[in-house]
Amino acid sequence: MDVVQLQKQLADYTRSLFNEGFLDDQFNQLQQLQDDSNPEFVVEVVSLFFQDSQRLVNELAKDLEQQSVDFKKVDAHVHQLKGSSSSIGAQRVQKACISFRNYCDEQNIEGCLKCLQQLKNEYSLVKNKLETLFKLEQQLLEAGG
Amino acid sequence: MELDMDASSLSNGMGVENELHVLAVDDSLIDRRLVEKLLKNSSFKVTTAENGLRALEFLGLGEDQKNNLKTTGSKVNLIITDYCMPGMTGYDLLKKIKESNALKEVPVVIVSSENIPTRINKCLEEGAQQFMLKPLKQSDVKKLRCQLMT
Repeated sequence: MDVVQLQKQLADYTRSLFNEGFLDDQFNQLQQLQDDSNPEFVVEVVSLFFQDSQRLVNELAKDLEQQSVDFKKVDAHVHQLKGSSSSIGAQRVQKACISFRNYCDEQNIEGCLKCLQQLKNEYSLVKNKLETLFKLEQQLLEAGG
Repeated sequence: MELDMDASSLSNGMGVENELHVLAVDDSLIDRRLVEKLLKNSSFKVTTAENGLRALEFLGLGEDQKNNLKTTGSKVNLIITDYCMPGMTGYDLLKKIKESNALKEVPVVIVSSENIPTRINKCLEEGAQQFMLKPLKQSDVKKLRCQLMT
Protein backbone atom coordinates (compact mmCIF):
# COMPACT_ATOMS: atom_id res chain seq x y z
CA MET A 1 0.00 0.00 0.00
CA ASP A 2 1.21 3.49 -0.69
CA VAL A 3 1.37 6.30 1.83
CA VAL A 4 -1.98 7.78 0.86
CA GLN A 5 -3.76 4.45 1.24
CA LEU A 6 -2.05 3.81 4.56
CA GLN A 7 -3.05 7.24 5.80
CA LYS A 8 -6.64 6.58 4.85
CA GLN A 9 -6.57 3.16 6.50
CA LEU A 10 -5.21 4.68 9.71
CA ALA A 11 -7.75 7.53 9.68
CA ASP A 12 -10.66 5.14 9.06
CA TYR A 13 -9.53 2.78 11.78
CA THR A 14 -9.03 5.58 14.30
CA ARG A 15 -12.47 7.02 13.49
CA SER A 16 -14.09 3.62 14.02
CA LEU A 17 -12.56 3.35 17.49
CA PHE A 18 -14.13 6.65 18.45
CA ASN A 19 -17.47 5.83 16.80
CA GLU A 20 -17.69 2.49 18.58
CA GLY A 21 -16.94 4.15 21.91
CA PHE A 22 -13.63 2.39 22.57
CA LEU A 23 -11.86 5.73 22.80
CA ASP A 24 -13.00 9.19 23.82
CA ASP A 25 -11.60 12.71 23.54
CA GLN A 26 -9.00 12.08 26.24
CA PHE A 27 -7.14 9.90 23.71
CA ASN A 28 -7.00 12.93 21.40
CA GLN A 29 -5.54 14.92 24.30
CA LEU A 30 -2.84 12.28 24.67
CA GLN A 31 -1.96 12.43 20.98
CA GLN A 32 -1.75 16.22 21.17
CA LEU A 33 0.72 15.95 24.04
CA GLN A 34 3.10 13.93 21.90
CA ASP A 35 5.81 15.97 20.23
CA ASP A 36 9.29 15.67 18.80
CA SER A 37 10.84 15.73 22.26
CA ASN A 38 8.67 12.73 23.17
CA PRO A 39 7.72 10.89 19.94
CA GLU A 40 6.78 7.71 21.81
CA PHE A 41 4.64 9.38 24.45
CA VAL A 42 1.29 7.80 23.52
CA VAL A 43 2.75 4.30 23.20
CA GLU A 44 4.55 4.77 26.52
CA VAL A 45 1.48 5.86 28.44
CA VAL A 46 -0.77 3.23 26.84
CA SER A 47 1.81 0.54 27.72
CA LEU A 48 1.72 1.71 31.32
CA PHE A 49 -2.06 1.39 31.16
CA PHE A 50 -1.82 -2.20 29.83
CA GLN A 51 0.55 -3.20 32.63
CA ASP A 52 -1.49 -1.50 35.30
CA SER A 53 -4.78 -2.93 34.04
CA GLN A 54 -3.47 -6.46 33.92
CA ARG A 55 -2.26 -6.13 37.50
CA LEU A 56 -5.58 -4.70 38.68
CA VAL A 57 -7.68 -7.34 36.91
CA ASN A 58 -5.58 -10.03 38.61
CA GLU A 59 -6.00 -8.33 41.98
CA LEU A 60 -9.75 -8.11 41.46
CA ALA A 61 -10.00 -11.81 40.67
CA LYS A 62 -8.14 -12.56 43.92
CA ASP A 63 -10.27 -10.11 45.90
CA LEU A 64 -13.48 -11.80 44.74
CA GLU A 65 -12.20 -15.32 45.45
CA GLN A 66 -11.87 -14.61 49.16
CA GLN A 67 -14.09 -16.42 51.67
CA SER A 68 -15.15 -13.08 53.01
CA VAL A 69 -14.97 -10.49 50.27
CA ASP A 70 -13.52 -7.13 51.30
CA PHE A 71 -15.63 -4.79 49.20
CA LYS A 72 -13.58 -1.77 50.20
CA LYS A 73 -10.55 -3.41 48.65
CA VAL A 74 -12.50 -4.34 45.52
CA ASP A 75 -13.78 -0.79 45.23
CA ALA A 76 -10.29 0.65 45.69
CA HIS A 77 -8.95 -1.51 42.86
CA VAL A 78 -11.85 -0.65 40.55
CA HIS A 79 -11.40 3.02 41.39
CA GLN A 80 -7.75 2.81 40.29
CA LEU A 81 -8.70 1.14 37.03
CA LYS A 82 -11.45 3.68 36.42
CA GLY A 83 -8.88 6.42 36.90
CA SER A 84 -6.27 5.04 34.57
CA SER A 85 -8.76 4.13 31.83
CA SER A 86 -10.20 7.64 32.06
CA SER A 87 -6.71 9.11 31.81
CA ILE A 88 -6.00 7.45 28.49
CA GLY A 89 -9.49 7.72 27.05
CA ALA A 90 -10.44 4.03 27.22
CA GLN A 91 -14.11 4.88 27.52
CA ARG A 92 -15.69 1.42 27.52
CA VAL A 93 -13.31 0.17 30.20
CA GLN A 94 -14.12 3.26 32.26
CA LYS A 95 -17.86 2.65 31.90
CA ALA A 96 -17.46 -0.98 32.94
CA CYS A 97 -15.68 0.26 36.07
CA ILE A 98 -18.57 2.55 36.90
CA SER A 99 -21.06 -0.35 36.77
CA PHE A 100 -18.67 -2.45 38.83
CA ARG A 101 -18.54 0.15 41.58
CA ASN A 102 -22.31 0.19 41.83
CA TYR A 103 -22.34 -3.56 42.54
CA CYS A 104 -19.56 -3.00 45.11
CA ASP A 105 -21.73 -0.46 46.88
CA GLU A 106 -24.52 -3.04 47.01
CA GLN A 107 -22.03 -5.69 48.18
CA ASN A 108 -23.39 -7.90 45.40
CA ILE A 109 -20.83 -10.63 44.69
CA GLU A 110 -22.63 -12.07 41.69
CA GLY A 111 -22.91 -8.64 40.17
CA CYS A 112 -19.23 -7.98 40.83
CA LEU A 113 -18.18 -11.24 39.22
CA LYS A 114 -20.23 -10.44 36.12
CA CYS A 115 -18.67 -6.99 36.00
CA LEU A 116 -15.19 -8.42 36.32
CA GLN A 117 -15.86 -10.61 33.32
CA GLN A 118 -17.15 -7.64 31.36
CA LEU A 119 -14.15 -5.62 32.44
CA LYS A 120 -11.79 -8.35 31.22
CA ASN A 121 -13.60 -8.40 27.87
CA GLU A 122 -13.50 -4.64 27.42
CA TYR A 123 -9.86 -4.44 28.43
CA SER A 124 -8.97 -7.22 26.02
CA LEU A 125 -10.84 -5.53 23.19
CA VAL A 126 -9.30 -2.09 23.68
CA LYS A 127 -5.86 -3.64 24.03
CA ASN A 128 -6.22 -5.36 20.66
CA LYS A 129 -7.60 -2.24 19.04
CA LEU A 130 -4.80 -0.02 20.33
CA GLU A 131 -2.12 -2.54 19.36
CA THR A 132 -3.59 -2.59 15.85
CA LEU A 133 -3.64 1.20 15.80
CA PHE A 134 0.02 1.38 16.76
CA LYS A 135 0.90 -1.19 14.07
CA LEU A 136 -0.86 0.89 11.43
CA GLU A 137 1.00 4.00 12.60
CA GLN A 138 4.25 2.11 12.40
CA GLN A 139 3.47 0.91 8.86
CA LEU A 140 2.73 4.46 7.81
CA LEU A 141 6.00 5.72 9.30
CA GLU A 142 7.96 3.00 7.55
CA ALA A 143 6.29 3.81 4.24
CA GLY A 144 7.52 7.37 4.63
CA GLY A 145 4.32 8.93 5.90
CA MET B 1 16.32 39.60 26.73
CA GLU B 2 15.76 41.42 29.99
CA LEU B 3 17.29 39.81 33.05
CA ASP B 4 15.14 40.35 36.09
CA MET B 5 17.63 39.89 38.88
CA ASP B 6 16.09 41.87 41.70
CA ALA B 7 15.77 40.30 45.12
CA SER B 8 12.07 39.50 44.94
CA SER B 9 12.26 37.30 41.87
CA LEU B 10 15.20 35.34 43.29
CA SER B 11 13.62 34.79 46.65
CA ASN B 12 10.33 33.37 45.34
CA GLY B 13 12.13 30.58 43.55
CA MET B 14 12.03 31.92 40.03
CA GLY B 15 15.22 31.53 38.07
CA VAL B 16 16.52 34.00 35.56
CA GLU B 17 14.43 32.38 32.86
CA ASN B 18 11.27 32.95 34.93
CA GLU B 19 10.77 29.21 35.15
CA LEU B 20 7.94 28.17 37.44
CA HIS B 21 8.50 25.01 39.45
CA VAL B 22 5.60 22.69 40.15
CA LEU B 23 5.45 19.73 42.52
CA ALA B 24 2.88 17.21 41.25
CA VAL B 25 1.68 14.52 43.66
CA ASP B 26 -0.28 11.44 42.53
CA ASP B 27 -0.17 7.76 43.44
CA SER B 28 -0.93 6.74 39.83
CA LEU B 29 2.16 6.41 37.63
CA ILE B 30 0.10 7.06 34.51
CA ASP B 31 -1.32 10.27 35.94
CA ARG B 32 2.12 11.42 37.09
CA ARG B 33 3.43 10.89 33.58
CA LEU B 34 0.50 12.76 32.08
CA VAL B 35 0.61 15.75 34.42
CA GLU B 36 4.36 15.98 33.98
CA LYS B 37 3.99 16.19 30.20
CA LEU B 38 1.14 18.69 30.43
CA LEU B 39 3.18 20.91 32.73
CA LYS B 40 6.38 20.64 30.69
CA ASN B 41 4.44 21.56 27.55
CA SER B 42 3.49 24.77 29.35
CA SER B 43 7.13 25.48 30.22
CA PHE B 44 6.93 24.52 33.86
CA LYS B 45 9.77 22.79 35.64
CA VAL B 46 8.28 19.63 37.18
CA THR B 47 9.00 17.38 40.12
CA THR B 48 6.66 14.47 40.78
CA ALA B 49 6.01 12.60 44.01
CA GLU B 50 4.07 9.37 44.43
CA ASN B 51 2.63 10.14 47.85
CA GLY B 52 2.18 12.82 50.48
CA LEU B 53 5.15 11.76 52.58
CA ARG B 54 7.57 12.03 49.66
CA ALA B 55 6.03 15.38 48.78
CA LEU B 56 6.59 16.68 52.31
CA GLU B 57 10.18 15.45 52.29
CA PHE B 58 10.81 17.28 49.04
CA LEU B 59 9.32 20.42 50.52
CA GLY B 60 11.47 20.16 53.63
CA LEU B 61 8.63 19.15 55.94
CA GLY B 62 9.57 15.51 56.33
CA GLU B 63 9.53 13.87 59.79
CA ASP B 64 13.30 13.81 60.12
CA GLN B 65 13.69 17.31 58.77
CA LYS B 66 11.44 19.06 61.28
CA ASN B 67 14.06 19.23 64.01
CA ASN B 68 16.80 20.43 61.73
CA LEU B 69 16.50 24.18 61.53
CA LYS B 70 18.96 24.35 58.68
CA THR B 71 16.92 22.17 56.35
CA THR B 72 15.22 24.06 53.60
CA GLY B 73 13.02 22.28 51.13
CA SER B 74 13.16 22.91 47.44
CA LYS B 75 11.32 26.02 46.36
CA VAL B 76 8.16 25.45 44.38
CA ASN B 77 5.70 27.93 42.94
CA LEU B 78 2.74 25.56 42.82
CA ILE B 79 1.68 22.21 44.22
CA ILE B 80 -0.81 20.04 42.33
CA THR B 81 -2.05 17.05 44.24
CA ASP B 82 -4.51 14.25 43.63
CA TYR B 83 -7.21 14.02 46.28
CA CYS B 84 -7.61 10.23 46.49
CA MET B 85 -4.34 8.74 47.61
CA PRO B 86 -3.81 5.85 50.04
CA GLY B 87 -2.40 6.92 53.42
CA MET B 88 -2.15 10.69 53.27
CA THR B 89 -4.89 12.12 51.07
CA GLY B 90 -4.48 15.30 49.04
CA TYR B 91 -6.58 17.04 51.67
CA ASP B 92 -4.25 15.88 54.46
CA LEU B 93 -1.29 17.12 52.45
CA LEU B 94 -3.00 20.47 51.87
CA LYS B 95 -3.52 20.87 55.61
CA LYS B 96 0.12 20.16 56.40
CA ILE B 97 1.26 22.69 53.83
CA LYS B 98 -1.08 25.39 55.13
CA GLU B 99 0.10 24.70 58.69
CA SER B 100 3.69 25.42 57.70
CA ASN B 101 4.93 28.98 57.93
CA ALA B 102 7.48 28.29 55.24
CA LEU B 103 4.97 26.93 52.74
CA LYS B 104 1.52 28.29 53.49
CA GLU B 105 1.78 30.90 50.73
CA VAL B 106 2.39 28.28 48.02
CA PRO B 107 -0.79 27.76 46.01
CA VAL B 108 -2.14 24.21 46.19
CA VAL B 109 -4.44 22.84 43.51
CA ILE B 110 -6.40 19.69 44.29
CA VAL B 111 -7.38 17.38 41.43
CA SER B 112 -9.92 14.58 41.57
CA SER B 113 -11.76 12.30 39.20
CA GLU B 114 -14.91 12.77 41.28
CA ASN B 115 -17.07 15.87 41.31
CA ILE B 116 -18.26 15.87 44.94
CA PRO B 117 -19.38 19.31 46.20
CA THR B 118 -18.68 18.58 49.90
CA ARG B 119 -15.19 17.44 48.96
CA ILE B 120 -14.60 20.54 46.87
CA ASN B 121 -15.84 22.90 49.59
CA LYS B 122 -13.76 21.16 52.22
CA CYS B 123 -10.61 21.70 50.16
CA LEU B 124 -11.38 25.30 49.30
CA GLU B 125 -12.11 26.07 52.97
CA GLU B 126 -8.77 24.60 53.94
CA GLY B 127 -7.09 27.03 51.57
CA ALA B 128 -6.79 25.21 48.26
CA GLN B 129 -6.30 27.64 45.41
CA GLN B 130 -8.50 25.61 43.12
CA PHE B 131 -10.15 22.26 42.65
CA MET B 132 -9.91 20.68 39.20
CA LEU B 133 -11.40 17.59 37.63
CA LYS B 134 -9.29 14.81 36.20
CA PRO B 135 -8.17 14.15 33.58
CA LEU B 136 -6.48 17.53 33.24
CA LYS B 137 -6.32 19.11 29.82
CA GLN B 138 -3.70 21.35 28.27
CA SER B 139 -6.17 24.25 28.50
CA ASP B 140 -6.47 23.71 32.29
CA VAL B 141 -2.72 23.93 32.70
CA LYS B 142 -2.45 27.01 30.50
CA LYS B 143 -5.06 28.74 32.69
CA LEU B 144 -3.07 27.82 35.80
CA ARG B 145 0.04 29.33 34.34
CA CYS B 146 -1.80 32.56 33.56
CA GLN B 147 -3.15 32.70 37.11
CA LEU B 148 0.31 32.21 38.57
CA MET B 149 1.86 34.88 36.42
CA THR B 150 -0.55 37.62 37.54
